[in-house]
Amino acid sequence: MRGREDEWTGLMRSAMAGDDAAYHRLLRAVTPVLRAAARRGLARAGQPPDQAEDIVQEILLAVHLKRHTWDSEAPFAPWLFAIGRNKLIDALRRRGRRVFVNIDDFAETLPGEAPQETASAGEVAAQLGTLPQRQRDVLQSIAVEAASIKDTAAKLSMSEGAVRVALHRGLAALTTKLRDH
Amino acid sequence: MDTDQLIRSLAADNAHRAPRVGAVLTMALLVVAPLSILIFATFLGVRADVMSAMRNPFFDMKFAVTLSLAIPAIIVSLHLSRPEALLRGWGWLLLLPVGLLAVAIGSEAMMAPAMPMTMRLVGKNSRVCLVAIPAMALPLLAGALFGLRHGAPSRPALAGALAGLVSAGLAATLYASHCTDDSPLFVATWYTLATALVTAIGAAVGSKVLRY
Repeated sequence: MRGREDEWTGLMRSAMAGDDAAYHRLLRAVTPVLRAAARRGLARAGQPPDQAEDIVQEILLAVHLKRHTWDSEAPFAPWLFAIGRNKLIDALRRRGRRVFVNIDDFAETLPGEAPQETASAGEVAAQLGTLPQRQRDVLQSIAVEAASIKDTAAKLSMSEGAVRVALHRGLAALTTKLRDH
Repeated sequence: MDTDQLIRSLAADNAHRAPRVGAVLTMALLVVAPLSILIFATFLGVRADVMSAMRNPFFDMKFAVTLSLAIPAIIVSLHLSRPEALLRGWGWLLLLPVGLLAVAIGSEAMMAPAMPMTMRLVGKNSRVCLVAIPAMALPLLAGALFGLRHGAPSRPALAGALAGLVSAGLAATLYASHCTDDSPLFVATWYTLATALVTAIGAAVGSKVLRY
């Protein structure tokens, strides 16, 4: 556990220093842990576990948009799990559940029990459809078609800067819509 | 969109750098401060006898009290803008103005009273105080909430209450230079009531707008 969390902290430091690959690896590494914790939280609230992926995606979006609140001198895991708890509680409240989130739902997750598959979630996909055309095209190209920013710019006849802006705005808009819907 | 695809788009956006919460909060407060100062200059203004008042330690004490509220409230609100932060270990900072007031009330009680206690307590400006501090605090509160929205507080109502304390502390600092009631008893009563009002508004609004 310690080793894993130290590794996360190191990856996040590299990510904040501009290493996109480290960031990608970090997000992939934490996702199974978040997924297991979300499932456990849903089970505790008597909810079907198939909504876990929506919660995981909301957590990932929040991690991304709030990463400037992480103190690079502090360990990464407590910060991550605090966001995870917050999003889990929010999700359960929205479903009208009385919330008893065990604060150890996140911290206790063991690596072995984390399912590794990627899963699609309905909410992000549904909100994607409500974004402005430009942002949707950019997200579609980068996320779904795995195109680089450069290729996306060429394909959509936009500057790379405009692609970056549309990508960031699209992700921020998705997060707002998920929170408020 | 499956989760791997989402992660890919997040990694592609890694180059985007957001400013720190403290920078956004500072900017937001600086942007709205002229509004509060305008309210002050239009309706209140610095008291006429300010030069002689500055020799009265109880006049100076008012600024110590209001700033010892505003500055620690800024520090604690920034601390709480981190998702994993707890109030524990930081809350005592918010007791500084309370301690200062207690000391001031104690020292005033030991002096020969210049006025009867009810006069010191009620003063001449209690109603103005109750209106002026919240009125000047509201623009600052909006600015503080805007700045803290950039953070990720795990308890939005608490963070909103702190935004209320920040704005009330700053507004009370302005107001203190207008008000001719210098008794710590007056400050402890009316400034506190005005601050409580602003803090309650901050908590109510914060619980809505500071969710992330």
